[in-house]
This record gives sequence, C-alpha cells and structure tokens, in this order.
Amino acid sequence: MAERIVGIDLGTTNSLIGFMQGTEPVIIPGEDGVNLVPSVVAVTPNGIAVGNAARATLLASPADAVYSAKRLMGRDLTDVQDELKFFPFRLAEDLKPGEVLRLKLGGREFTPPEISALVLQQLKKNAERFFGGPVNKAVVTVPAYFNDAQRQATKDAGRIAGLEIVRLVNEPTAAALAYGLDKKRDGLIAVYDFGGGTFDISILKLHEGIFEVISTNGDTHLGGDDIDNLFITIALEDIAGDLKVDLRGNGEVLQALRKSVIEAKIALSSKEIATLDVTLPDGRKYLREITRAQFEQLVAPVIARTAAPCRQALKDAQLTPEQIDEVVLVGGSTRIPAVRALVDEVFALGARGRKPHTELNPDEVVTLGAAVQADILAGGSVATEELLLLDITPLSLGIEALGGVVAKIIPRNSTIPASATEHFTTGVDGQTNVAIHVVQGERELASDCRSLARFDLKNIPPMTAGIPRIEVKFLIDANGILHVSAREQRSGQEAEIDVKPTYGLTDEQVETMILASFDYAEQDLANRQVIEARNEAETIIAAVEKGTGHPAWQQLTPEEFDQIANARQHLDVVKKGTDYKAIRDAIDALDRATRRFAELMMDSAVTSAIKGQTMEAAGASMGVAPTAPHAFAPAEFEKEEKK
Amino acid sequence: MFLPTMTDSNYFSVFSLPRKLALDTAALEKTYYAQSRKLHPDRFAAKPVAEQEAALAEASRLNDAYRTLKDPIARTEYLLTLEGVQLDEQSKQATDAAKTAGVAKKQIAPPELLEEVFELNMQLEEMRMNRKLGEDDPQLVKELQAAKANFEGMLAVIQTELEALWAKWDAGVDVDDAGAKDSAKKEMVALLNRRSYVRNLVRDVNEVLDA
Repeated sequence: MAERIVGIDLGTTNSLIGFMQGTEPVIIPGEDGVNLVPSVVAVTPNGIAVGNAARATLLASPADAVYSAKRLMGRDLTDVQDELKFFPFRLAEDLKPGEVLRLKLGGREFTPPEISALVLQQLKKNAERFFGGPVNKAVVTVPAYFNDAQRQATKDAGRIAGLEIVRLVNEPTAAALAYGLDKKRDGLIAVYDFGGGTFDISILKLHEGIFEVISTNGDTHLGGDDIDNLFITIALEDIAGDLKVDLRGNGEVLQALRKSVIEAKIALSSKEIATLDVTLPDGRKYLREITRAQFEQLVAPVIARTAAPCRQALKDAQLTPEQIDEVVLVGGSTRIPAVRALVDEVFALGARGRKPHTELNPDEVVTLGAAVQADILAGGSVATEELLLLDITPLSLGIEALGGVVAKIIPRNSTIPASATEHFTTGVDGQTNVAIHVVQGERELASDCRSLARFDLKNIPPMTAGIPRIEVKFLIDANGILHVSAREQRSGQEAEIDVKPTYGLTDEQVETMILASFDYAEQDLANRQVIEARNEAETIIAAVEKGTGHPAWQQLTPEEFDQIANARQHLDVVKKGTDYKAIRDAIDALDRATRRFAELMMDSAVTSAIKGQTMEAAGASMGVAPTAPHAFAPAEFEKEEKK
Repeated sequence: MFLPTMTDSNYFSVFSLPRKLALDTAALEKTYYAQSRKLHPDRFAAKPVAEQEAALAEASRLNDAYRTLKDPIARTEYLLTLEGVQLDEQSKQATDAAKTAGVAKKQIAPPELLEEVFELNMQLEEMRMNRKLGEDDPQLVKELQAAKANFEGMLAVIQTELEALWAKWDAGVDVDDAGAKDSAKKEMVALLNRRSYVRNLVRDVNEVLDA
C-alpha cells in the first residue's frame, strides 16, 4: 500500500488536517473532538501549547502567546511595518532588514516557520493519534498569491516539524477540487477565498477531471483580521471618548476586545444587532450595541478591496463576469452577508438567477481539497484517478536588467511547472563573475518588485568581454518554488552557482531548528515531569497532614514520627527545586515512612465499605476517605494528575 | 507516446507540429491535456527521484510550449526567433541607443501614424495637466475614448493582416519556397513592431483615463 499522505490547511486563524477515507475526504478532529485547531502557539509553564490549549494563554497572558504568524511567513522587517500596528507581535530588537523575523515568546525566540512548525506538529499528532501510526507526508495549502519566499518558508516549517511537504497547493484550487469531486461538471468556475488573513481569487476551467487554473489574483494581507482590526480601532476610540481611558497599550484588554469584536462580527452574519461587552481593568464595563447596517458601513472599505483583484483575474483570463458558470465561496469571512452581496455584484450572479456555492463548510473545504490532492499524489483511487490539477504561478518572474528595469522571463498565470532559459555574458575583459538578481512581481522597476534571490555565476573562464555565453535555467516547480541552474556554453564548463535567497532560512538554519525543536521537546518533557512531581508532592503532604487526625496516627512510635517528619520536611524543601529525580526520591521516602501508618489505617477500616474493592478503586477515593488502603500509593496520584 | 528530446526540440516539435502558424487551438488544447495526464509531476510523486526530475523537465517543457503556441502573438514571435530573427536584439539595440543618447527609450512611430500620435500626445499631456490641477474636461475624455477605440480598431485590423501573413508563411512552408517565406517573415516583423507601437498607445491612454 502506498504511504499515507494527509492534507493540511495551515491557516492564518485556524488550521485543519484531513485525509481521504475511501471515496470521501474527511477532517481529522483533535483530541478535544474539535476540527478547527486555532493557529495559536503559547509558551506555558507546562511547555508549549498549540490550538485551543494556547487560546487560554492568549487571553490570560498575551505576551506568552502568538497568533496569525502566517502573516509573517517569508517576510522581513520592512515588509511587516503595517502588521505591527495591529498585531501584538513582539519582534526581537536586533532584527535587521532582510533577515528572517524572530518573535519573542515566553523568554525564547521563534522564527515564523518555527511557529508554523509547532502548529503542523500538533496537527501531525492529532492524525497519528487518529490513525494509531506515524504520519510523515502531507500536502499543505498556501494562499494562491503567496510569493516564492512565503512558499519556501512554509516548506521549511514542514521540515522543522518533521513532516515532508510533498506538495504545496493553492488554497482556492484545493477548494475547487473539493467541490469538483462529486460534481464532475465541465465549465468555468471562480473561487473567491476570503479567509482570516489572506484573500485569493482564482478562475478555473474544468474539463473531464482536469482542473486548469487560468488566472489568479489576490492580496496576501487582506482578511477577516483586517475587519477585526478596524472594529477594534473604532471601539478603542469609542472607549477613549466615553470612558476617558486609553487602552491601546493594554495587551489583555486588547485581547478581550478582539474576542468580543469577533463574536459580534460572527453574530451579525445571522442577527441584526450585537453587543460589544468588555470589562476594563478598573472594573468598569464597556457595552456597545452595533447594528448590522453600522457594521456593514464600517467594513465596506475592507470588503471593497476584494473587487479589484476579481476584475483583474477576469481580465487576465479574458473573460466577462457572465461567462463564469459557478462561483465557490471559501473562508470564514464569506459568511458575512455584505461579502456575499459583493460577490453577487462582481459576478452578476443574482442578475443571472444564480447563487454562489456554499454547500461545503467554508472553514473546511480547503482541507478537504488538500486531502483529495494528497490522494492523487499517493497514487490515486477510484474517486481521484481522473483528476489532475494544472495550477499556475501568481506572479511574474523577472531578472533585473541594466538600469534597474525588470526583464520578465516567466509571466504571471503561467501553468507550473514552467521554465525559462536566459543567456548572460560579461561586460569587461577577463570578468569571471556575473551577478544576477531575480525578482517576482508585476512592476517595471526591480526595486518595486519582491527580491527573490541574488546570485553569482562564478568561475567563468576569463575571456574577452561579451564572449562567454552563460545559459541560466529558471524553473518554477509544481509547488510554485523557483530553482536555478547555470552552464557556461563556450567552454562547456558548468558554472558554480551560489544561490543566496534574499529572504528566508538557509538549509543550515533549518537543520539547526529541527534539532532545536527536539531540544525543546526534551526540555518541555522535563518541565512537565517536574511540575507533575511537584503536584504529587503537594498531594502526599496534604494527605499526611490530614492523616494526623486519624486514630491510627496515635499508634505510631516516636521513631516513626521522626522518620515521617524528616521525610516530609525534606520533600518540602526539594519540591521547590527543579530536580525531578530529587523530588521523586523524596516522595518515595515519605511514602516508605508512612507505609506502616497506611497499614494501620487499613486495619482499622477492615470492616468499612472499602472491603472488597480493588486497590485502584480505593485509590480513586484517596484524600476523601482516610480509610484508603494506602493513601500514598504514587501510581494512584499519577492517575489523579492526568485527569 | 511522444517524448521530446531535450537537444533537438522546439515548441512545435513538442506537439509534433510543423513550423506553421495557423493553428487549431482546440486540437492543441486536447493534446495538451492528454500529455499533461502523462507527464505532470503529480503522476510521479511516488516514483524514484530520477524519474521525478525527468518528469519535471518534460512537464515544464510541455507547459512552456503550450503557453507560447496557444497565444497568436507569442507563437509568431517564437517562430520568427526560431527562424533567426533576433527580436530581442532589436529591442536591445533601441535600449542601448537610448542609453547612449541619455534619453528615455522611444519606439519610432510608423510614418502613417505620425499625425495621429502627435495629436494623441498633446491630448494625453493636457489630460495629465487637468488631473494635476483637479480640473474636469468631459470633451477631452470623450476624445481620448474615441482615440482609444480608434487604436483598438487598428489592433483588430493588424490581427487580420497577421493571419494573412500566417497563410503566406504556411503556404511557403508547404511548397518549400524560401523567397515567399523570407518575405512573409520580413512583413511579420514589421507588422509586429507596428502592433507593439499601437498597443503601447492604448496602454498610455488607459493609464491616463484610469488615473
């Protein structure tokens, strides 16, 4: 049997994992039975927490949690200035432009790929628990409009998490695949994907199981988050005006406000009125009613920003809105009625008596599509054998030419894999190096595009200027990631290429991070053990304290009293430290010292209700009934601890 | 099954097509889909790395070929390049000349368009001025829209002319008439230059109107 491959939607707000069960893609729930894993990572005293577990930390202690880290993937300091105004990202102070970002979290530093890796690791764990076996390969979705650096960062996250990402699939394309699976209909479809942090529009042509993407457009920094931020800004102004208090710097209130704003936003999709309800640090309450009309007026500018990419995608596909047969809605933000109204207008749906597709849960549809693609890559099944995705690159690839202008070599909306071959030569006699600057984007000047890589063609045999002929091959693979190779043709010599990514982690850095995550795992385990042992120590000390009131206590000898007192005092001291073994030994010592006391208690209770019960069952009532056979049995305490 | 060899292959041979310009794009698409089913990297995900890499090279070649051949202009330019016309060189020479002269690169206006281009440039300048001053001149906007329609009409005519030249080229290929081929080639180069000039005019008008 082919190796199992899962499908993952690594979202800005929430992440999910799924797989193909027979002929149907399904979502794998987490341990708590919930499908959505919030993309939140927290550093807690018990180690690293991900998902719902981390959400509690986000509210109680915002400095120890991070969310929406996807917004930082593949970006540098200069890219993220706008984000910093709205998101409580705590960046390391010593960052330089061009460097991979580092976030401060619970006294450590994490790069965005490491944060994403922790989310991936949690999803992997959920799947492994579900299957009862290892999961090592995955298809992971990315926004269609993600550039090379953002894609590479996502792949790095997979490696750090110990998960081989066999394919990056564009989110709207995945959604189309999920819808297309049971429809098997030919035609032109548009996928409007408005998620937590990104917006994508893709236009596809479906033909006998082939999903050919014709054009795509979008904004990698436009999503439900922006609606929330706008809402929060207004609320803060409101609070400043009404209650005369400036809360912009207060992380905890901001988190509470964000939570309230999101709840109101969701409520307003089905109700006409909602209330913001936040308790301020001084105990006063901020209560504000918002009507749907007010909300829609407020967020109209954000929603309107999705229209231009839609029109551009149509133009690039050389189609009119009326030619689009079906529109698929993806992403939580498409639940907002005003968003649906905009889609209806842009694609003239109502005018043609049509409705957008919303049958599949907009939060899950991308994951379901990723699971379908995973099945295709694993060798296919009856359900997927006819299916093939032909995806495209969202941005033009170019080289900086003389004067800083961009020479485009692979235009945007080219089907991938795609390649281009360019020839370079020298400008000076005897020149042995040629520098090449690769950029991605639609602007005329290289400085206005996204810099992907600068590299040197080295070791060119010295020749007269203009004579060397260096062939450089640029290849965008099926993941949308660029590869470069070069050859000097006159001498037939392979030129050594040093491709230095302008942004992103080097291979060595990724390797170190893989190791680092193991170290963290060990450290986390050690921390957890200490905490558990400490809890156990507290419980046993409390039980001894309680036992002194039992008639059996009086039957102990002075020596036994001393032994118990010493062991108890010793445990009291070591449990304050972090030496797991010392705490463990001290617990065992106190346990041994109180053994006879436990036996005495058991004798005195020989006729009591516990007679005939197993040790385990008796242990379960420990601490409540002093009649337990051996109240201090460590195994029982551990059971208690894990509840 | 077809297998393009990396050494002796051009985009036409990837589709087992002769080097002709009139093309049945529906048939091309059909072949493209069929070949994609065989060559796409998705079909090789579970195969050894060497096979994956070979598939990647072939699939990208297939995509490059399809992207070029399905588009009438890209197809024509590609054929001219194959036939030894250095389209890039022309543009490079213009760039170099502009750099030496220290001026912005300009395309030479086709003589028959000189008058119209002169007038258009005046109108564009006026329109940019208006925008800067925040003034509104509905008459000027109307004139520019008319000019745009005029140039777009020219593009449509150029397309028809180009298709006639395709026929001339293809006929030359059929009977192996070097003279006919050569003259078709020269006419196509001139027509493509004219086309690119008119297209830039449309772009300029759009820029000003959308501003």
